[in-house]
Amino acid sequence: MELLSQLLGRMSLEYLPTEPATIGAAVGMPLGAIGVAVALTYFKKWRWLWNNWLTSLDAKKIGIMYIVVALLMLVRGLFDAMMLRLQTAVAVGDTQGPFDVDTFQQVFTAHGTIMIFFVAMGLMFGLINVVMPLMIGARDMAFPWLNSVSFWLFVAGMILNNVALIFGGFSPGGWLGYPPLTGLEYNPGPGVDYWIWSLQIAGLGSLFSGINFIVTILKKRARGMTMMKMPIFPWSVLVTSVLIALAFPILTVTLALLSLDRLMGMHFFTSDMGGNPMMYINLIWAWGHPEVYILVLPAFGIFSEVVPTFARKALFGYKTMVAALVAIMFFSFIVWQHHFFTMGAGANVNAFFGIMTMVIAIPTGVKIFNWLFTMYKGKIRFDAPMIWFLAFVVTFTLGGVTGVMMAVPALDFQVHNSLFLVAHFHNTIIGGVVFGFLAGITYWFPKLFGFRLIDKLGRWSAYLWQIGFILAFMPLYILGLMGAVRRLDHYADPTWQPFFIVSGIGVLVIMAGTFMLISQIALSVWKRKELVDTTGDPWNGRTLEWSVPSPAPHYNFASTVEVTKRDDWWYAKQAKKQLSPPPPSAYKDIWLPKNSASGLLIGIGTGLFGFAAIWHMWWLLVVALVFIVAVIIRRTYNTDDEYMISAEELMKEDAAVYKRRHV
Amino acid sequence: MSKNITETEKLDNTTLGFWLYLMTDIMIFASLFAVYMVLVNATAGGPSASELYDANFALLQTVILLTSSFTCGISALMLRHGKKIASMWLLAITAILGGAFLALEITEFTKLVAEGHSWQASGFLSAFFTLVGTHGLHITVGLVWAVSLLVYMYKTKQNADMLRKVGLFALFWHFLDIVWIFLFTIVYLFGVAS
Repeated sequence: MELLSQLLGRMSLEYLPTEPATIGAAVGMPLGAIGVAVALTYFKKWRWLWNNWLTSLDAKKIGIMYIVVALLMLVRGLFDAMMLRLQTAVAVGDTQGPFDVDTFQQVFTAHGTIMIFFVAMGLMFGLINVVMPLMIGARDMAFPWLNSVSFWLFVAGMILNNVALIFGGFSPGGWLGYPPLTGLEYNPGPGVDYWIWSLQIAGLGSLFSGINFIVTILKKRARGMTMMKMPIFPWSVLVTSVLIALAFPILTVTLALLSLDRLMGMHFFTSDMGGNPMMYINLIWAWGHPEVYILVLPAFGIFSEVVPTFARKALFGYKTMVAALVAIMFFSFIVWQHHFFTMGAGANVNAFFGIMTMVIAIPTGVKIFNWLFTMYKGKIRFDAPMIWFLAFVVTFTLGGVTGVMMAVPALDFQVHNSLFLVAHFHNTIIGGVVFGFLAGITYWFPKLFGFRLIDKLGRWSAYLWQIGFILAFMPLYILGLMGAVRRLDHYADPTWQPFFIVSGIGVLVIMAGTFMLISQIALSVWKRKELVDTTGDPWNGRTLEWSVPSPAPHYNFASTVEVTKRDDWWYAKQAKKQLSPPPPSAYKDIWLPKNSASGLLIGIGTGLFGFAAIWHMWWLLVVALVFIVAVIIRRTYNTDDEYMISAEELMKEDAAVYKRRHV
Repeated sequence: MSKNITETEKLDNTTLGFWLYLMTDIMIFASLFAVYMVLVNATAGGPSASELYDANFALLQTVILLTSSFTCGISALMLRHGKKIASMWLLAITAILGGAFLALEITEFTKLVAEGHSWQASGFLSAFFTLVGTHGLHITVGLVWAVSLLVYMYKTKQNADMLRKVGLFALFWHFLDIVWIFLFTIVYLFGVAS
């Protein structure tokens, strides 16, 4: 018995799920995983999966894996959202909703955590991996192996987050887990630990990615591409990565301190023995506010590529775009206190942060106007990415305006922690981040897979998301002003119910939009022969990624890339340069990274480490740690990690590409 | 592009990447310093910083760590001049001094805990153990790194990649030294003076 408790830590049968909804998920998720495994075995695809995907260090492959994981998580997060709105549509007065309080709390925590960390961040890292090296004329990331480690840490965090559903339950503490509620005293169980370790591990992955992207952009740009000739998307990635490198360590520390409170009985955030819970709120938002911009800046970058392409006109105000990005980077670090004006920091502190919050709206406004001026007098094509952009302009601007409203401390005291706030940040995150990334996926899909997505279904998806968004969140603004607080599982006032029902219908429409998105991808795969992109440049694009064939070859560029101006590819096409291949001297032998399983192994080790810390299985903690260190040391001893592609081979493959352009 | 050119490019990239990593580590320590400053008076009725710290003990630690930083720098220089064996000896001395530093820190921690001033006693002590302990954890990582470097240097003929690896370790070790200077000043000297 003693030995068993040593082995299993604090695991016991009482942690198995008891709620029908969670039992369903607990049975469904493993069954789904088994189904996939059986299918892989049946079609004899394991080796293909291992060699072409899991161990690949090719940034494009890693990017696609990020996007696949993120889309799966999007579906899970939407189901969570549906549960929340189902509850609030019903639970009024004497009627009880389908979920008890504890389940409801876990669901809204999971919804927020998953949507931010595993959907928005996942889509962002995915798209950056897929196109950023291509856009700057690089063959790969600066550190391809570290890139794979980042991805597998992201996956390990994602798995821990979902395992909570099967065994142990998730944190009920909200997506930012404020103590003392998440402290040992009020939440001794494993739920909060699942939340901590899932974010801690995924966060480390993000940190490594940030460093990787900065070095890639600073060091691996094509010859002639000075910083001010670089497209805006890589610029936005650079700024976002600097934010990641400065902000994510704060998250690491905050989660570590909360974990020390819980594991070792420390007193950082407890309400006794000198602990200071408000310090947690300050720390987590010192990361949390930059995080908002970390998510939205790459989406801005995507729109800065989409709008010029579909307006067939150079981006208006390139320099002000860059200046706006850098200004946002700076200001995003001095607005965090607006998340808790009600803390009691005093009028002067609140005034400072209120004014800074209004100031940060200015560079964002500059960007919006630049996109609109880019469209002005352009020959606009309304393909799906452009529809996503139009939906974004309306939605995001509205969200920005309600944000400026809440920047006024006096007003914020009225709507703090109300559904007004919930409506506001969904307005910016769905309108800004999600629409941006979905536009990006549609825009770059042909570059990845060699065929387009069916445009009509993409447009319908955008319309449905937009309508669903309005239905789901406009009622929440009204409810917030009527006094409904967020995270409400039951309310007394029956006049609120119609608004909640409309909001629930809105979520269903968003679900329909997502279904449209998934069927868009599925149907396009089915009809890929008709949708094939032979040119490599299906949108008549402006930037370097469209100068290579679709799907992009694993070495990205066959010949050495040289750039003379902004939107170099556009001007090359004007001069008909894309028709004749470069001279033989432009082809050189190149070295590319070999596949490596060690990123995957580190992911497994870290996942086990987190699992051991959650369940207090100390032996497993040590084993996992030793395993991780061993894998890292072994990797550093490995010198044979690259393979060569010869210049002749590249020239031959490239000749075929140029031949196809003449047909 | 010959293998040699990618090798120098790799050197440039990893050095820049490592500097950026150190920057993120500075953010970690900065956050911990901030937490310490907030909690330094949150003693929950227990002893305060000036009653607990022994500045002479911390001074001894400082001297040892600064010396190890010196030997570490010379070790990297020796390797640059092609003296692999001398470089290895100096790296070994660096690791031994690092080990001595760590032993002293563990002694200090054990003494505090034995006297009833553990990390559970107050917010202040939680912050103290975490801030100093995080530095100690970095030193531990450095020791594992140094040993694995020594094994690698013993087994391999000198090359450009070895220079890169030792150079990165030296950066890391000097960085820990600088962090310790801040620790010594803000935690120990200010603590004793308060």
